[in-house]
Amino acid sequence: MDGTITGGTTTREALLRLWEEKHGMLGSNDPERVSQLRHGAMEVFRTMGFPHIKLEKWRNTDLSRMLGNVFTFPFEARIENVDLDEVFKCDVPGFNTFMVAQYNGRYIERGNQLNEASKGVIVCSLADAFIKHADLIEAHFGRYADTANNSLTALNTAFARDGVFIYVPDNVVVSEIIQIVNIINSADTVFLQPRNLVIAGRNSSLKLVQCDDSIDDHPGFINAVTEVYAGENAVIDHYKLQNKNDRSALVNTMYFQLEAGSSLSTNAISLNGGLIRNETNVKLNGRGSHADVLGVYLMDRNQHVDNQVFIDHAMPDCTSNELFKGILDDHASGVFNGHILVRQDAQRTNAYQNNKNILISDKAVIDTKPFLEIYADDVKCSHGATVGQLDSEAMFYLRSRGISHDNARMLLMYAFAAEIVNKISIPQLRLRIDDLVKKRLRGELSVCDQCVLHCNAREQRVAFEIDMSKI
Amino acid sequence: MLSIKNLRVSINNKEILKGVNLEVRPGEVHAIMGPNGTGKSTLASVISGREIFTVDEGEILYKGKNLLEMPVEDRASEGIFLGFQYPVEIPGVSITNFMRTAVNEQRKYHGLDPMPANEFLAKMEEKKKMLEIHAKLANRSVNEGFSGGEKKKNEIFQMAMLEPSLAILDETDSGLDIDALKIVANGVNKLRRPDNAFVVITHYQRLLEYIVPDIVHVLFDGRIVRSGGKELAIELEEKGYEWIKAELV
Repeated sequence: MDGTITGGTTTREALLRLWEEKHGMLGSNDPERVSQLRHGAMEVFRTMGFPHIKLEKWRNTDLSRMLGNVFTFPFEARIENVDLDEVFKCDVPGFNTFMVAQYNGRYIERGNQLNEASKGVIVCSLADAFIKHADLIEAHFGRYADTANNSLTALNTAFARDGVFIYVPDNVVVSEIIQIVNIINSADTVFLQPRNLVIAGRNSSLKLVQCDDSIDDHPGFINAVTEVYAGENAVIDHYKLQNKNDRSALVNTMYFQLEAGSSLSTNAISLNGGLIRNETNVKLNGRGSHADVLGVYLMDRNQHVDNQVFIDHAMPDCTSNELFKGILDDHASGVFNGHILVRQDAQRTNAYQNNKNILISDKAVIDTKPFLEIYADDVKCSHGATVGQLDSEAMFYLRSRGISHDNARMLLMYAFAAEIVNKISIPQLRLRIDDLVKKRLRGELSVCDQCVLHCNAREQRVAFEIDMSKI
Repeated sequence: MLSIKNLRVSINNKEILKGVNLEVRPGEVHAIMGPNGTGKSTLASVISGREIFTVDEGEILYKGKNLLEMPVEDRASEGIFLGFQYPVEIPGVSITNFMRTAVNEQRKYHGLDPMPANEFLAKMEEKKKMLEIHAKLANRSVNEGFSGGEKKKNEIFQMAMLEPSLAILDETDSGLDIDALKIVANGVNKLRRPDNAFVVITHYQRLLEYIVPDIVHVLFDGRIVRSGGKELAIELEEKGYEWIKAELV
């Protein structure tokens, strides 16, 4: 592959060198503003480097081991001849989506067309959008992402090359569910930086499902950034489904900008992954906007999941509602960091935040930190965090009806997760996720679950091992 | 059917039951009465298999099998049902799902295939009708947000679904108004058969006006100090537990 970095240098140095070699090519279709943004972002990364555990926000998530890999940075021209149906088949029964795919970080043109294309809805590669929709790029690209303080976002911005671009014009309701599938399938240890941009015009409506899957057990590092703009009164329903192998690291940073009266629901469902960090940034930028930020994570073995949520109440009369629930087993570790900022003008803000955890083993760890920063005086805010074991009274109650210890435990874990799953408003998706959660808890879900390739490297089925003596 | 011999039970080195003997035969209804803190609920818990207690001595045989060697769920599958004094709320688990899992696990224990879904739903409807439970139970989470009366009715409903051979009702009457009490008692009476038995634990005689026991036991300070017919309950109600205490001293 092009751009291969061999040993003897750090990943940071490799990226700096890559920048020197490639930045002319990267920015070839940039408007002036974006070009400057790119160079500025690179300087931020050059100065800050990768995040490390001495930074408060990264205290409990250590990227250093993953970054110690020798990476390949794919830089080929567009991939033309991938038959996606050969590689990936989504097995959600009755789940008809408009699927767009990224294969090793590159958008795959499949020639399919959205029903609403005639109304001006655009779904294409970001690379194409830079050429064909320069006005929209100019208006939105890089406007919401924090390239000044977040070095990973800065790095992604500097190297932004491809990803998914979605534009919904004013007053258009997209009836189909748009599903973005990110497939990593490479014999090399890849470092990928997909960049997505979603623009929903006034009074528009969009349902978006982002699936991150590995289909082999090769390690990889993904630094993904997605910017989402919701115009006035737009409604966005967004899901992230993560089923990655244990050797992969995924940092998924989302920036949502919500204008007046718009409404967002975003739900992160993390089923497997060596290291997953979801950063969800929501700016309530217009009066009366609303955000539901939800998540559920089921981690075991040495998996690590980190959810960072930052809600910026910049305007009055906005509401936000956060609920994250997680079950951690074995040596799994989790982090939840919820920061709500209520600015001085944001009167009559309602903001709720809750993080609930069940630790199955005594080796599992969760660090949960709610953080409210309030400058307005007419505000209703609450936060809470709980960490517990399965309720022994409930266990006895279920068992006293003849339900075996293992099944009683599974029922309780399932019930715990169901609170989030039940909030999924797309019925077929809810059923599918419900099924995936059950499979995950039964130990029947592998990262190859959705893959039709029967490669030799197929992952061992893994059980959600639980030490019964601890319950 | 149930045979308890010289049962001594403690928790945290504190002895609660100090040598209980009890024989229950098919078709019988036993009432266990006594003041608070004498070990009534402990006895129910130990029979059904709650693991927080230590059995120091004695044995419990059920249909000839040693109960004390069985885990909780196997005892349930052998036909023992405990009606909880404080039924547990389980958010996220629907009653339908809960009961279907329980029924099928008990069937599995006996080497039977799972009950077909339509047959199961028909059975639920039948039992609800029999017990005069009108509420839409099916999709509600187990006991979540139920009133005290609803929780107890739900216990009786579960008992009807699982058709145990021995039901132990632990203070099922506590916190019930008279209408709920009648529904609970009515349920028990409808479920009585020559081949099953009930042990009704209660503090008051009131419930026994509706569920007429064959034998009444008085549990006091960890021992059954007196057994008799249903008149014993009435006598207790009239004279109070002080009467028993006075006799024992």
